[in-house]
Amino acid sequence: MASSNAIIIGGGHNGLVCAAYLARAGLSVTVLEADHELGGAAKTIEIAPGTKVSGCAHILNQLHPKVVTDLQLEEFGLEYAAADMDTVALDSDGKHLVIKGGDAELSGDGIATGDREVWPEFRARLMRFADTLKPMLGQTPPRLKSPEGRDSLALAKLGWSVRKLGRDDMREFLRVILINVADLLEDEFEDDRLKGAVALDAVLGTHQGPRSPGSLFSLLYRYAGEALGQQGALALPKGGMGAVTQALAQAAEAEGASIVTGAMVEKILVEDDRVKGVRLATGDELGADCIVSAANPRTTLLGMLGPEHLDTGLVRRLRNIRMQGNAAKLHLALDGVPEFKNLDRLHLDGRLVIAPGIDYVERAFNPSKYGHYSPEPVIELTIPSIADPSLAPAGKHVVSAVVQYAPFELKAGWDEASKAFQEKVIDLIAQYAPHIREQITAAQLLTPADLETKFRLPGGHWHHGELAIDQMLMLRPVPGVAQYATPMPGLYLCSAGSHPGGGVMGAAGMNAAARVIELEGRP
Amino acid sequence: MTKAAAREHFRTPLLTTPFHERTSALVETNDWAPWSGYTVANVYRDLELEYSAIRNSATLFDLTPMIKYRIEGPDAERYLNRLTVRNVAKLRPGRVQYTLWCDDDGKVLDDGTLFRLGPNELRLCSQERHLPWLHAAAFGYDVSIEDVSEDIVGLALQGPTSFAVLKEAGLDDAGGLRSFAMQNLAFGAAGDVMISRTGFTGDLGYELWTTPDKSLALWDQLWQAGQHHGIMAIGSAALNMARIEAGFVMTNSDFVAAEQAVRANRRRSPHEIGLGWLVDLEKGHFNGRRALVAEQEIGTARWCLVGLDIDGNKPAEQSLVYHGKRKEIGHVTAAMWSPTCKRNIALACLKRPYGETAVDDLWVDIYVARELEWHRLMERAQVVERPFFNPPRRRATPPALF
Repeated sequence: MASSNAIIIGGGHNGLVCAAYLARAGLSVTVLEADHELGGAAKTIEIAPGTKVSGCAHILNQLHPKVVTDLQLEEFGLEYAAADMDTVALDSDGKHLVIKGGDAELSGDGIATGDREVWPEFRARLMRFADTLKPMLGQTPPRLKSPEGRDSLALAKLGWSVRKLGRDDMREFLRVILINVADLLEDEFEDDRLKGAVALDAVLGTHQGPRSPGSLFSLLYRYAGEALGQQGALALPKGGMGAVTQALAQAAEAEGASIVTGAMVEKILVEDDRVKGVRLATGDELGADCIVSAANPRTTLLGMLGPEHLDTGLVRRLRNIRMQGNAAKLHLALDGVPEFKNLDRLHLDGRLVIAPGIDYVERAFNPSKYGHYSPEPVIELTIPSIADPSLAPAGKHVVSAVVQYAPFELKAGWDEASKAFQEKVIDLIAQYAPHIREQITAAQLLTPADLETKFRLPGGHWHHGELAIDQMLMLRPVPGVAQYATPMPGLYLCSAGSHPGGGVMGAAGMNAAARVIELEGRP
Repeated sequence: MTKAAAREHFRTPLLTTPFHERTSALVETNDWAPWSGYTVANVYRDLELEYSAIRNSATLFDLTPMIKYRIEGPDAERYLNRLTVRNVAKLRPGRVQYTLWCDDDGKVLDDGTLFRLGPNELRLCSQERHLPWLHAAAFGYDVSIEDVSEDIVGLALQGPTSFAVLKEAGLDDAGGLRSFAMQNLAFGAAGDVMISRTGFTGDLGYELWTTPDKSLALWDQLWQAGQHHGIMAIGSAALNMARIEAGFVMTNSDFVAAEQAVRANRRRSPHEIGLGWLVDLEKGHFNGRRALVAEQEIGTARWCLVGLDIDGNKPAEQSLVYHGKRKEIGHVTAAMWSPTCKRNIALACLKRPYGETAVDDLWVDIYVARELEWHRLMERAQVVERPFFNPPRRRATPPALF
């Protein structure tokens, strides 16, 4: 039986990051990816001949800066087609609002003076709040149960970074940290376009509406990310999200990791209460001193390892992780540049959002609670081919849109409803871009059910588990396995299902690698 | 799996057991107590007489309120091996195992008896209810679990003449039962009755199990057969005396069931309540195993449960235990003057190393009321072996006919 120091299950971005760090530490590392292609949900797919698009995640705003520099990703080919994108809050009457990326300025018709003045200060304040959370992203979350010295230190640091905000900011931070984003926005602003666009950012990829408790925390978490050294910025990787994966794979291989695709792990093998390797779907067995799984935590522990090796309380917690996606992905191949009503072409390289008001977003959320999709969904739309012509043949373009809300457990069943929903979504976009229908040469809607099968995301959830305060930090994925190590000696977790969670961040892989080296030692 | 809740259940907060017609006719004290949703006799007529019957003749005790689960399926053995700390593979059909089960931290959820009715069918009896936990533990196992507490009634027939009573009743075959064995026997009007040589008295004794519709027939036949053997109905108070002499622990009396503990440090591992001997660390993974291994390796067991022999004759109920009369090191969980041993005995929960390696200079603080005046006695205590009372007749097979 071939053997390595470490087997990484899953060649998504977190698995590759972990592999690179472990290989750098001198471990012999084998990455096993079930699919024939690396990347997991960070993948570029082809939807029509010559037309490519990020298959799931499509905007890079959280890739951990330490991962980028440590692994020299830019030297391994990571390039950005767009950095610091603007956000355009679309208005059906053509009175669009543009939220500038870096300088956080608002432009557009009919913006109240108050809003224009308050927005930069408001955004700066949220950035300061987000900054207090930032150090936590790059470290193992502290344990609250029987903590060690290090855990107390981490908690003290978090407390100190909140204290450091100063009296007024700290009070405000503590006032808002658990409230909903709608309350805060309604306190501060008049403009529905602005409030709708910020509300969308708070709920993107979650099963939350802007009035759900804790939705502000989701926004802060998002703002804690950065792109090209700029906090809260949005970027597009050149070549789509698959390019990030390619750079990571090259970095990992340069460190000496070997990567195998088409190798589906069926079972984690155990001997004397310690992992000893894996068995593949082909029946082949591979040995390892330790195993780090970048697959979903529940799949890993209850599927590959099996409940018989775990304790009942942990099994119960794992089964109760909230993990049902509520977002679909729409891809359109277009035979020309789409025209949005009254929107200058210059803005098409930005991010276009259809979320005209908090109430609109909340109403879009409502049906999903009862197992129906939104008749009028909210949409985050990009046309990556504008900034990155490599994605489509000359003169042609591709649209990548996140569409909410589309609950995983749809009452009508996705097989039945998928087509109708796709038409509804295109109709909605056509309200803003009236001629888009005629330009479509290919369309693809990935419902949460499709995301589940295509990207191995149980429940079709991007983040391998809802990213809400009760499933974050030391509660992610569940207490007992939140420090990357599991009760099974030699088995570790490193997917987005672990702290600090999803988005193409890579931090879970990085933190898990540090934990593996700490507990297993270097060879 | 689930039974429809009776809409009017709240009008009868305490149910009566199917034996109530017989037991209520015998209760002279009107001393009833609640037990798992039932009202049961605490004392029928006289506590000392009832206790004395346990040790000298034969007694009947209604144990219907015990919680009983039926566990069945191809994975039943594997499932129970994962749930409980003992090796269920060693439990053959027709045998009973005293066992316990732990939470993830290796803290005791409850203890109980496990009856192996067949290769794939077992019954677990316990003091507390655990259905949600049993279901949670069943994930990944092909097994069905049902609460059959109301479907099965039980009578404990305990005492030196208990086999004589069975023989008189025509159940001679029960004589072949060794300790912790069981058998189905035809028993006249009571039909098929399951008899197990088990009990909570530490004496020769049996437990008889049947369905509610057969309960009165079962009671009457035993009662009739026992007339020449001094049979007496006993309540919970007398049983409690016998179990202390036998050194048995009782959930939520000598330790807190882990799931019900509000304060995490009140929970106890098997080693901390004197039941470490049940734990089989070699049988493969079971619930709490890793925590128990760590406890053993790092030595984190903080408590121990010991038997005490205390000077004087005043029961040390709810007393604190001291080292050198000054340092508080634990508390008494059960205590009595043992009429049979003629000793002042107690079960106590002590902070290690007291009770383990430090056993000298232990004292118990006893408060005694003498005609409305409280007196404090500081009595010397010795750690002694449990059970305090362990007669050879308890295990002798064939059982003696007294």
